[in-house]
Amino acid sequence: MGEKILMKGNEALAEAAILAGCRHFFGYPITPQTELAAYMAKRMPKLGGTFLQAESEVAAINMVLGAASAGVRTMTSSSSPGVSLKSEGVSYLAGSDLPCLIINVQRGGPGLGGIQPSQADYWQATKALGHGDFQIFVFAPSTVQEMVDLVNQAFDLADEYRMPAMILADGMLGQMMEPVEIPEVSELKLKDKPWATNGHKNSREHNIINSLYMQPEDLEQTIRDRFARYDDAKAKHQVFESYLTEDADIVVVAYGASSRISRSAVEQARELGIKAGLFRPITLWPFPNDELYKLAGSAKKFLAVEMSMGQMVDDVRLAVNGRKPVEFFGRTGGVIPTPAEVLEQIKKLAGGDR
Amino acid sequence: MAVVFEKPHALTNVPTHYCPGCTHGIVHRLVAQVLDELGVEGRTVGVAPVGCAVFAYNYFNCDMIQSPHGRAPAVATGVKRALPESVVFTYQGDGDLAAIGTAETVHAAARGENITIIFINNAIYGMTGGQMAPTSLPGQVTQTSPYGRDVKTQGHPIRVCEMLSSLDGVALAQRCSVDTVKNVNATKQAIKKAFQYQIEGKGCTIVEVLSTCPTNWGLEPNEALDWLRENMMPYYPLGVYKDAAEEENNG
Amino acid sequence: MPKLTINESLCKGCELCVKACPKGILELNKAVINAKGYHTLHITDQEKCIGCAMCAIMCPDSVIKVER
Repeated sequence: MGEKILMKGNEALAEAAILAGCRHFFGYPITPQTELAAYMAKRMPKLGGTFLQAESEVAAINMVLGAASAGVRTMTSSSSPGVSLKSEGVSYLAGSDLPCLIINVQRGGPGLGGIQPSQADYWQATKALGHGDFQIFVFAPSTVQEMVDLVNQAFDLADEYRMPAMILADGMLGQMMEPVEIPEVSELKLKDKPWATNGHKNSREHNIINSLYMQPEDLEQTIRDRFARYDDAKAKHQVFESYLTEDADIVVVAYGASSRISRSAVEQARELGIKAGLFRPITLWPFPNDELYKLAGSAKKFLAVEMSMGQMVDDVRLAVNGRKPVEFFGRTGGVIPTPAEVLEQIKKLAGGDR
Repeated sequence: MAVVFEKPHALTNVPTHYCPGCTHGIVHRLVAQVLDELGVEGRTVGVAPVGCAVFAYNYFNCDMIQSPHGRAPAVATGVKRALPESVVFTYQGDGDLAAIGTAETVHAAARGENITIIFINNAIYGMTGGQMAPTSLPGQVTQTSPYGRDVKTQGHPIRVCEMLSSLDGVALAQRCSVDTVKNVNATKQAIKKAFQYQIEGKGCTIVEVLSTCPTNWGLEPNEALDWLRENMMPYYPLGVYKDAAEEENNG
Repeated sequence: MPKLTINESLCKGCELCVKACPKGILELNKAVINAKGYHTLHITDQEKCIGCAMCAIMCPDSVIKVER
C-alpha cells in the first residue's frame, strides 16, 4: 500500500502480523485487546489462516506452543490478567526453544484491576513471565506506526534466536487511531526450521520438542546454550531513541505511552530554559544499558516516568550504576500522567541547579 | 517362517521406564501398531502429557511434543491447525486429562478438533507416587485419600466418555480395557477406528483405556488386572458412547 | 513349529505373558537376572507353543517376537 491510512492500534498490530506471515492466531477476549482478535477473526479465514478463540488464555498459549512446534509463525494476544495465565506456557515455549509472538495490551492491575492503560507488567514481561531461567524479547512501541514496524522485527528475531517475543503495548496505544503506513511486503523469506515437529515424512529422524531434562547437567547445558544466545541478542539488539539528550542535564527515561507524555514535558522544559532530554527504550529486553551508561557521563540526573509504581526505574538504576541519581515519577491503576505533572517533576529536579 | 508378532516400527528401541506390568506399555504398542498399519508415522505428530507417560516422546518414532500438564489437547489443536494434513494424537493420563486438563479436553471435543486422544484411566496419579485422581473410585485408598475416597468431601469419579459423548464435535468416544488379550485386541481396533475417523475429518476421537498401576495399587501385575475387572469395570462400563459412523447410517 | 525370540534385556518379569499363555509353557527363570535385576521370561516346553502370540499381545515391553 505505502500510503497512510488511519488505523486503530490493536488492528494495526493484527494487520502487521498477517503481513509478517503469521497465519495462526489463538486468542481470548479481554479488554482492551479484543479488537485485535476480532480483526483476526475477519481476516484469517479469508487468507486460509487460523483464527481460534480458545477456551482460556491458558489453552491459547498452548495452541501457540503446538503451532510453533509445527514450525509456523504463530501468535496470541491478551491483556495483563490474561498474560498472567499464559506464564506457564511461555516458560515451556522458552524452555523448548520455540519462537512465537505474544502481545500484551496492558491494563491496570493487580487482580482484575481496571481497563485503563498501564505499564505495570514491565517486571512480568522482562523479569518473570514464568518459572525458570529464561528471557523473551520485549518490544515497547510508542506509536501505532511503531507497533506495525516492531511486529515484523519481533517475528524475525524470535525465529532467529528461537525464543518468544513480546510486544508490550497498553490500552492507550491499542485503542488510539493514528495514520499508519503499512509496508508493502514483497516476499517473505521465512527462516527454515529443521527442528520442527511437522512429520518426518520418512526422510529424517523424528524431532522432539521438549523442555524436560531429568539430568541436571543436561538441563543446565540447555540453559547455558540459551543464555549464550541471550548474550548475543544483548550485544546486537539494544534499541532505543534519544531525543535532545546530547546536552541534557535531566534525562527523562520513559517508553511506550508514557514516553509520549514525557516528550511534551521535555519540550516544555526546554522552552523554560531547562536542558531536558528523553531517552526512550524500544527494546525492554534487551534493555539498552550501554547507551544509558554513556548518558550517565553527561546527564546530571535521570527521571524515570512510568504508568506504574516504578519498575523500569530499577533497570535504569542498574544501567546508570550509581554514577548519577535516578528519580521516579509515576501514576498507576490506569491513571495517565499529564505532561504538566511530568514537567513539574523536571522543574523540581532542575530547581536544585537554579 | 512368517512373523506373527514383533515390535512395531513406530515404537523406538528405547526401553521404557514404566513399572513391570504397567499397561501403558501395551497401549503404546497398540498406538504404534496402528500408525504402522495406517502407514502414517511420517505425517504423525504425537503430544505427550505430564505424568508417567511424559517420556512417551522417547518411545514413538513419529515427531513428538512434550506438553505442559493438561494442555496436550490445546497443543495438539495448534499442531493440527498449523498442519491440517498431519495426523495428531495426544496420549494422556487421568490426572492430565480429567483434572488439570478438563477444559482443554472438553473444548477440543466441543470444537470437533480433528485429533485423536488416547486417554489412560488407571484411577491414580502414578508418576507422583499414587495420589487420588479424578477417576479414583469411591472408597479407593491412595496417598491423598488415605481413608478411602470420601465422595462427600472428595467428590465422585468422572466418567469421561459419557461426559464427552454429549458433545456434537465428538466423532468417537469409546472405552476399552487392556486386561485380557481379547480386550487388548478390541482396544487396538478402537484406536485404529479413532485414527481413521481423524484422517476422514469426522471430528474429535477419544479412546479411554482402563489401565493398571501395579506399583501404586500395591498389587502384582496380574492381580492388578483382576482388580481392574472387579472394581473399575462396574463403575466404567466398556463400550462405544459415541460413534459418528453409527449415527450416520441410522441417523 | 512356531518360534519365540525373547529379548531378555527388555523383560521386567511382570508375568503378564505367563498368565496369558494358553499352553502354560512360560515362566520366569529364577536362575537368571538381567541387567535391570529382573528374572526373565523362559519357555518350559517349546514344542507345545502354537504361535498364538497371546503372550506377546499382553507384553507391555515388546519382549517377545513370534514366528510361525
